[in-house]
Amino acid sequence: MFITYLRRELAGRRKQTAIVAIGMALAIALVIIVNAVSAGVQNAQATVLESVYGVGTDITVSQEATAPTAGDEGTGGPQRFDFGADDGATTDGTTSVSQSRLEAERGTTTFDASALDTVTTVDNVSAAAATLSLSNTSFSGEVPDMAETDSTDSATGTVPAAGERPAGGPDGAGGSAFSVDSFTVLGLDPADEAVGPLSAVTLTEGRTLAAADAGTNVAVLDSSYATTASLAVGDTVTIADTDFEIVGLVTATTADAATASNVYIPLDVAQTLSGLTDQVSDIYVQADSSTAIDQVQTDIETALPDSTVNTQSDLASSVSGSLSSASDLVKNLGLWLSLIVLAAAFLIAILFTISGVTRRTREFGTLKAIGWSNGKIVRQVAGESLVQGLIGGAVGIVVGLAGILVINLVAPTLTAGAATSTEALGGPGGGGPGGFGEAATAAATSDILLSVPVTFSVILLAVGLSVLGGLIAGMIGGWRASSLRPAEALRSIA
Amino acid sequence: MYELTSVTKTYSQGKRTVTALKNVSVSIPDGQMVAIQGPTGGGKSTLLQMLGALDRPTDGTVELGTANLSKLGDGKLGKIRATEIGFVFQGFNLIPTLTAQENVETALAPLGISASERKSRAAEALAAVGLGERLTHLPAELSGGQQQRVAIARALVKEPTVLLADEPTGNLDEDTRDDIMELLEGLWRDRGLTLIVVTHDTAVAARAQRRLHIKQGVLKEVA
Repeated sequence: MFITYLRRELAGRRKQTAIVAIGMALAIALVIIVNAVSAGVQNAQATVLESVYGVGTDITVSQEATAPTAGDEGTGGPQRFDFGADDGATTDGTTSVSQSRLEAERGTTTFDASALDTVTTVDNVSAAAATLSLSNTSFSGEVPDMAETDSTDSATGTVPAAGERPAGGPDGAGGSAFSVDSFTVLGLDPADEAVGPLSAVTLTEGRTLAAADAGTNVAVLDSSYATTASLAVGDTVTIADTDFEIVGLVTATTADAATASNVYIPLDVAQTLSGLTDQVSDIYVQADSSTAIDQVQTDIETALPDSTVNTQSDLASSVSGSLSSASDLVKNLGLWLSLIVLAAAFLIAILFTISGVTRRTREFGTLKAIGWSNGKIVRQVAGESLVQGLIGGAVGIVVGLAGILVINLVAPTLTAGAATSTEALGGPGGGGPGGFGEAATAAATSDILLSVPVTFSVILLAVGLSVLGGLIAGMIGGWRASSLRPAEALRSIA
Repeated sequence: MYELTSVTKTYSQGKRTVTALKNVSVSIPDGQMVAIQGPTGGGKSTLLQMLGALDRPTDGTVELGTANLSKLGDGKLGKIRATEIGFVFQGFNLIPTLTAQENVETALAPLGISASERKSRAAEALAAVGLGERLTHLPAELSGGQQQRVAIARALVKEPTVLLADEPTGNLDEDTRDDIMELLEGLWRDRGLTLIVVTHDTAVAARAQRRLHIKQGVLKEVA
């Protein structure tokens, strides 16, 4: 009887069924689309972040840069390259000079590597890796031999005759030429690939760093950098006047994004060459589970009070560009819009159910008169609302999936910029103007095609909402129907 | 057997209290056909609701067989309505979206009867009121007289001991009225029902074995 009655009611009152179902369908379609777009934007953010911070990194630990104190030239001041009289090689009146310097990246504060041990002892930390962000700047050039250009002959003390031109230098006329080259270098533990920047990359050629590389002068290059610098596997790259053999090239997992650094070398070598013995600039931490992230963050902050501890959600705020705007739009407008439409749909369902019960007062009074219990009537009304909700849910899922399909076909492009760890975590500070580290800050600017995923949980959410909407409307309508006293219900129509 | 003792029913209408039944006492033996007449607002419908276990008196007792209807809870009253009492209403009160057969089946739904038995019993009940060919018709597809026959089939399909009819011919023309009354009388006679008919119509009341008159809540026998 329940199903027959339900079927007849829904079929017999098509207009009401259609209005409630359409309202519910619109709301559920909107919730599906907003949720899926939100997931798509989050995936895009994660992709950008992974290219910088690595896969599986839940937390990063760094130290905020402090302003240099008076009289402290620090590491961030103008870089100087001093050449003595005996520096360089002189050929044909031209002296070639070259110096290469490896220093902590601008805005980066290094701290003792023992912090890594502290982090690994924190509960629920499954993996941790330390890195040292460096910038290599090389200065090379050609200057004329001093003896050729000196205005006074040092040997004789005579002044050159008027009209006698100086010789030497790259142009043979006493001129000079200099070039400055700068690239980022990341020192990392070659044995640890589970967490950290290299965990997110794809090896395109050669090999990646291995445990046996510790202490050796080998380097892995970002393939984009290798292309611009005309370097390949087997070549050498000079870092701090030391030649490194290039053993591999890597690229970001997403085709468009750059990796976190131009050059990757073993951490111990980086520390030695930069003079930053036992120093690191960032620690990448992976928690046992996503639920433990907050606890791990708090514990690390307690154990390392001077450090800045950021989670992925903190890091997400460092993603900029239209991706960030899309994320804000989805979070704010999309969320509120779907909530409002959902509330409106629930309200429509409730009002229609109540008005239906009111219109059917005689019907329910009659059923009570012939012995139907309150429970039976509540079940009947709730069942009708539930099925209306489910019909709406089913239509909503179809409309929502169609909406997602359209978005994926259109595939809007979002521009994302993720600051490097130094900018993201501490902001540039401590470093004075000048220097040659500017190129280091332009990491991971990407165009990402928004791909909206369809997940089982979104479908489940839609079904859950349609059931919830139907049940709420049904319970309210059923309660109203059951509260009718049969005598009054019959009297009201007498 | 109905036994009403000093039954009083009052309603609150705002600040005013309306007394619908005043100290009504009456016995109705099993198998009797009784007509209740009286002016509008005199208490006919209220008395029918007391007899039909739809409402409880403010004072006094209403007994049906061994059950004291004035003391039972809603659930037990519902069970008595589902098994013992059949209702026929002036406005037929059929569910517009259900077919004739399904409308009749609604009376069997609270009894936990299987779907197949419900269907066959509903079909039999409709055949007994002359609508064996109209099982799948919706109420809107039936005439007033036919709708009332469906309502009578719904009232009788559960084989109650009492049939309460509230102005059963009030919405029907004279010819149809006579058909319906003949049907009710025939069923009453054949099944040994207690038939209580509330009516304005003297011609209908004249068919009853016993006539009661209620005015301003006071019940009197009509000689």
